[in-house]
Amino acid sequence: MNAIEVRDVRKVYRRYGRRTQFGTLKSALLSRGRARESNDATTFEAVRGVSFDVAQGKTFGLVGRNGSGKSTMLKLIAGIGKPTSGEVHVHGRVSALIELGAGFHPEISGRDNVFINGMMLGLSKREVATRFDEIVAFADMQDFIDAPVKTYSSGMYMRLGFSVAINVDPDVLLVDEVLAVGDEAFTHKCLDKFADFRRRGKTVLLVTHMLDLVTRFCDEALWLDHGVTRAHGDPKRVIDAYRLDVAAEENRTMSAQPAIDSGGGNDAPSDMSTAREGRWGSREAEILGVEFLRTDGTAAHVFQSGEPVEIRLRVRAHRRLTDFVFGVGIFSADGVCCYGTNTDIEGAQPAEFSGDANVGFHLDSLALIEGSYKIDVAVHRRDGTPYDYHRQLHTIRIASQWKDTGVFRPPHRWTFSSGIRITGL
Amino acid sequence: MPGPSRVLHSLRQLLRHRALIQSLVARELKARYRASVLGVIWSFLNPLLLLLIYTFVFSVVLPGSPSRQIDHFPLFLFCGILPWTWFSSSLLESANVLVAGGALLRKVLFPAEVLPLVTVFAGLVHFALGLPILIAFILYYRVPITADIAWLPLVVLDQLLLTIGLALIVSSLTVHFRDLRDLLGNVLTLAFFATPIVYPLSLAPEWARPLLALNPFTHLAVAYQEVLVLPGPFSGWPSLITLGVLSLVVCAVGYVVFDRLRDTFAEEV
Repeated sequence: MNAIEVRDVRKVYRRYGRRTQFGTLKSALLSRGRARESNDATTFEAVRGVSFDVAQGKTFGLVGRNGSGKSTMLKLIAGIGKPTSGEVHVHGRVSALIELGAGFHPEISGRDNVFINGMMLGLSKREVATRFDEIVAFADMQDFIDAPVKTYSSGMYMRLGFSVAINVDPDVLLVDEVLAVGDEAFTHKCLDKFADFRRRGKTVLLVTHMLDLVTRFCDEALWLDHGVTRAHGDPKRVIDAYRLDVAAEENRTMSAQPAIDSGGGNDAPSDMSTAREGRWGSREAEILGVEFLRTDGTAAHVFQSGEPVEIRLRVRAHRRLTDFVFGVGIFSADGVCCYGTNTDIEGAQPAEFSGDANVGFHLDSLALIEGSYKIDVAVHRRDGTPYDYHRQLHTIRIASQWKDTGVFRPPHRWTFSSGIRITGL
Repeated sequence: MPGPSRVLHSLRQLLRHRALIQSLVARELKARYRASVLGVIWSFLNPLLLLLIYTFVFSVVLPGSPSRQIDHFPLFLFCGILPWTWFSSSLLESANVLVAGGALLRKVLFPAEVLPLVTVFAGLVHFALGLPILIAFILYYRVPITADIAWLPLVVLDQLLLTIGLALIVSSLTVHFRDLRDLLGNVLTLAFFATPIVYPLSLAPEWARPLLALNPFTHLAVAYQEVLVLPGPFSGWPSLITLGVLSLVVCAVGYVVFDRLRDTFAEEV
């Protein structure tokens, strides 16, 4: 038994700018109130032929980038708006957590708003009355329920809206990115409520950017990309495919940025700590290019935490040099130096550097936590006089399946003696 | 033309949402007077002040024929202005109500027809609050209250149906044709003077009367005046019943228009 059936659904919006959907009164009344398709210039296809079923009692996750058509899909399922073509069937009472507290009137009390909001969502007055205490208790609003809603903080507003919507007790619950509304305690409460929903065989459709939530809670997931289905099925598989695609795109955008700008003077700033980024030095030797290579030799800007990487400098000496040091530094996004070293610190004796050459700095394990990192590279004299210094001109991104914290991620493992049973590590 | 099943359906809808409409009307009134010093007294004060202005204009500034030829001119005036205010403010507000309620229509699966209905019913409440003042006037001028007053509920019902029908049309079309809002204001001003409110129908020139008769509110205004203020037994009931039937048709047409455009609201508001 399917709770939601979506069959080859398309939704075409008119682009902003055309004055109105109907040119004349006659067309407004005769054309049955659907967006006519005229041509590509005036329309935008938000959802292009999506089909899926959600079996009753399942929790279903819908993921995708901003503008991929997730929310449009959700609205079509909720019955707010009709698909341009295709069919949507929903069995049972639907409640949509799309915008919490939509329809709250700021001037009147929370109590009155709960009643009106509940009735808007399809409850009778008596049904609201019987659930009233539960609604207020869930939102933790006992002390403020008789104050006008305009005096509420945005968190209180959302909590009350959430509480009303979820207490409508729907058969099918549609949730659009609303779990981020409350503090941690409230989020836990919401998740408990969802779990409770599942136990009672209700269907939940979740639109969210919190991917972990999807892998943890959902029985099935669907990834929408520009209005089409990219992947559908097991949540872990779908989310991994999605994550990989996001990483690949970040790679493309980062490599599209010019790695080195030729700007910047030759003088080093007197105070290095104020120099956020830039390039300076005498240019007797130059760093022509910096690449970040995977083990297979392909260049990338996004790496998994723990992956091996080579930072390769393409360098050129404009005259024969005997005094030179190569250095590398890794900085976190907030400017903390995670690691820095150079050939001189490590005891190398320079002999000769002339013409074009490559320098490779190999990390066997990129032991960093998730985030963006700025990379310094430099070639300079042993006394520090720079030939060419690139200060935070290069960026890489570390992706990680773990949300650990700190500055770096030392290789480690856990052990447990008997008496502790634990899985997943 | 609308089939009877459609009309029946719309009535069922209305019935199903009556608690919601009721609460929204209550909210409307509560919210309007919250934080104002005089509160609900404004409901009485507004028509009273309006009456004062009109009385001043028509008996002092322009002491023309109407005010001289009619006994208790202020009473006569008030009797027309009170229902007109309900009618015109309901239509003007309903022209805006779907656009103003945009958040609801876009985010919540919500029976949109509730919004214009709430506007009309909130107007009805204001109208009802004005009635005691009207009665007080009648008593003050010692106009005898006759059995004609039994017709009053039918007059109000006629007006209610007519206003609901027009409000449904105005509110749904305005979503697509925002120009209607401005047009409506002017049409209503014209209609005000094309209705025997500041003058009795008997003073309108002979040639203009068939034109005035085309204006549905003429019949309503005349009915209010005859039932409440003017002497003699009420003779206008046939036209009142005709108007009732006509209003039902307007209601049905209004619902059909609204229903046709319903699916487009979420995108256009």
